[in-house]
Amino acid sequence: MTTTTARAVPVRKASRRGTGGTVSNGWRRNKGDFKIALLFIAPAMIGFIVFFLVPTIRGIYLSFTEYSILGDPEWIGAKNYEAIAKDPLFWNALWVTVQYVLINIGLQTVLALGLALLMQRVAKSTLIRGSLLLPYLMANVIAALLWFWLLDYQIGIVNHLIDAVGLPKVAFFGSEQWAIPTQALINTWRHMGYTALLIFAGLQAIPGHVYEVANLDGANPWQTFWRITMPLLRPVIVLVLVVTVIGSFQVFDTVAVTTQGGPVNASRVLQYYIYQRAFTESDFGYGSALAVILFVILALVAFIQMKFLRGNESDLD
Amino acid sequence: MKKKAAGALAAAAAAVLALSACSNASGGTSSEEAKGEINYWLWDANQLPAYKQCAEDFQKANPNITVKITQRGWDDYWSTLTNGFVAGTAPDVFTDHLSKYPEFIKNKQLLSIDDAVKKDNVDLNVYNKGLADLWVGEDGKRYGLPKDWDTIALFYNKKMAADAGITEEQMKNLTWNPQDGGTYEKTVAHLTVDKNGKRGDEAGFDKNNVAVYGLGLESAGSGQGQTQWSFLTATTGWTHTDKNPWGKHFNYDDPKFQDTIKWWAGLSEKGYMPKLETTVGASVADNFAAGKAAINSNGSWMIGQYTGYKGVEVGIAPTPTGPNGKRASMFNGLADSIWAGTKKPAAAAKWVEYLGSAACQDVVASKAVVFPAISTSSEKAAAAFKAKGVDVTAFTQHVDNGTTFLFPIADKAAKVDGIMKPAMDSVVSGKQPASSLTAANEQVNNLFK
Repeated sequence: MTTTTARAVPVRKASRRGTGGTVSNGWRRNKGDFKIALLFIAPAMIGFIVFFLVPTIRGIYLSFTEYSILGDPEWIGAKNYEAIAKDPLFWNALWVTVQYVLINIGLQTVLALGLALLMQRVAKSTLIRGSLLLPYLMANVIAALLWFWLLDYQIGIVNHLIDAVGLPKVAFFGSEQWAIPTQALINTWRHMGYTALLIFAGLQAIPGHVYEVANLDGANPWQTFWRITMPLLRPVIVLVLVVTVIGSFQVFDTVAVTTQGGPVNASRVLQYYIYQRAFTESDFGYGSALAVILFVILALVAFIQMKFLRGNESDLD
Repeated sequence: MKKKAAGALAAAAAAVLALSACSNASGGTSSEEAKGEINYWLWDANQLPAYKQCAEDFQKANPNITVKITQRGWDDYWSTLTNGFVAGTAPDVFTDHLSKYPEFIKNKQLLSIDDAVKKDNVDLNVYNKGLADLWVGEDGKRYGLPKDWDTIALFYNKKMAADAGITEEQMKNLTWNPQDGGTYEKTVAHLTVDKNGKRGDEAGFDKNNVAVYGLGLESAGSGQGQTQWSFLTATTGWTHTDKNPWGKHFNYDDPKFQDTIKWWAGLSEKGYMPKLETTVGASVADNFAAGKAAINSNGSWMIGQYTGYKGVEVGIAPTPTGPNGKRASMFNGLADSIWAGTKKPAAAAKWVEYLGSAACQDVVASKAVVFPAISTSSEKAAAAFKAKGVDVTAFTQHVDNGTTFLFPIADKAAKVDGIMKPAMDSVVSGKQPASSLTAANEQVNNLFK
């Protein structure tokens, strides 16, 4: 083990230093390229400013106003934030969203990891590997509607089967206990294959000789998985977690086409609540303030994940 | 990774930005010549053929004007319309709803049609009583001409009623009160059948294994209960607001209202009506067609759908007589309104007047899909329904006997809905007692302070 790592390190370090050197030398030599570089950056930069930076700043500004889109925004200071702090629906939305994220991400990551291992060890045919991606190719709304009908209480085939076996039927979307788990499972089903593909790519980046040495040292598969695969996969897992957690926090379309926040408030997730306040109730100031809060939450979650899981450094170094 | 989050937020914010491009539309002058293309929107696909016919006839009479009709489903209709107001792409004329237009007036998006009505001597007395006045805003200006109306009745499965030994006469003379539910509850109970074939009013009825519910459930009805409970609450003397239109105080704390809801939600508990949680998904009408319920209370705009199911013979009975000795039905009316930002106000006014005329409303009547606003056209529609073999007396008798009450028109309808929908869901699903509506009422009334 130690020898392997030691041998690997100098090679990588050297190559990295080499690349770095070329870049910095080139930079010093071609200062004149700066203008041309700017020209090449411009398209992306303009898009970033017009579609990302300006709207973000405007959204933050609107969060301090009362604004019904048809009139002019009126500055009201932090009143929206004060109201949100006292708004039971906001706290409910936050709790519901967290529940959704925990179920969705927990299951999705474990299942995707399992699938990725199967893809590497067992299912080597491209056809099978490709078919794992199929649910992901389906539009979110279609996937939600498909399951909405399959799981319908009265005429859905799933409840029909449950009934045929003699078990009590389940109101998958209609009951407060089931609404969020059901939607979390639907999206797990849809995203599992894609997440597995990302992890699979990470698995393939682990050098084969590490496993050979482990094998020679007499490690069993269980030990190999926990002592080699998981540690070396960590940066990829962190990346996958950060991306999927952010995506998961923003669940909206599934809720919008199925339960629309109900029953009562059981599936009123943050994004849906933002939509409801802004677009249904024309309260864009309040909606913007909620969106800013979601932004802060996501930034914090991403930061914590990167910090504590050391996602930006690899054990291969 | 922060950038990712920022991007996501920015995408949401971009939508806001796109929406906020201001449109400073102002109404034109009436001296302008009536010509050009008029964009017209409606949401009911069933009525599209009738209005296409109207547009054709209109264009023949007014060769300088063309009418382009766009139909959008109810869910997309309002958000697309609001976006259109802001972006300046809203239609010149559109079908308007009583729950939406107060907000449009407040935001100066509607053009009043008083001048056109005066200039062209439009006779407002041809419409069914009360319909024209629904469209006069708080400012005393008129914002639309009535196009059609609807009332509520009970659709029932004739075969199930016959099997249960319930005659047509009995169905037509139901009574109700909030204490024991009257013959309405007795009928509903008798029509309920469990998996072993036991009826709801028989000993040994298994309320947890119901095969056919006596009464179908669509939803808890939010704050209006148009098709669900308003035809009951109104017979107790209860009204949604202190005055209508333009009420400023809601009455969801009234015991008369809460007793009615308590009784109604109790039907689920007794097994005579499905549980609210089972109603998410397939529509109440489809479940009726699938034989899962014997009676559905629904609106006259659903006649076509209920009578259109193959293999189900449908009867239509009037809503039950309540404690005040009368029946009741909410009376809702649609109208055509003109957008304040139209570039062709004169042509738009002409089209609205034509839509509100007997010429067009008779065409709509002949298709037998809805009841037009003009009294004589309504009668023609009733005759057209009859020719199709559908007796619509249960709907029209409310208008003939004056037992209608108006749809509650108030400002902030969307916000009231945002509070009342979850509150009503909690009560009907049995999670909260009916008395919890007092707190919701307080929240609603705080909106108007």
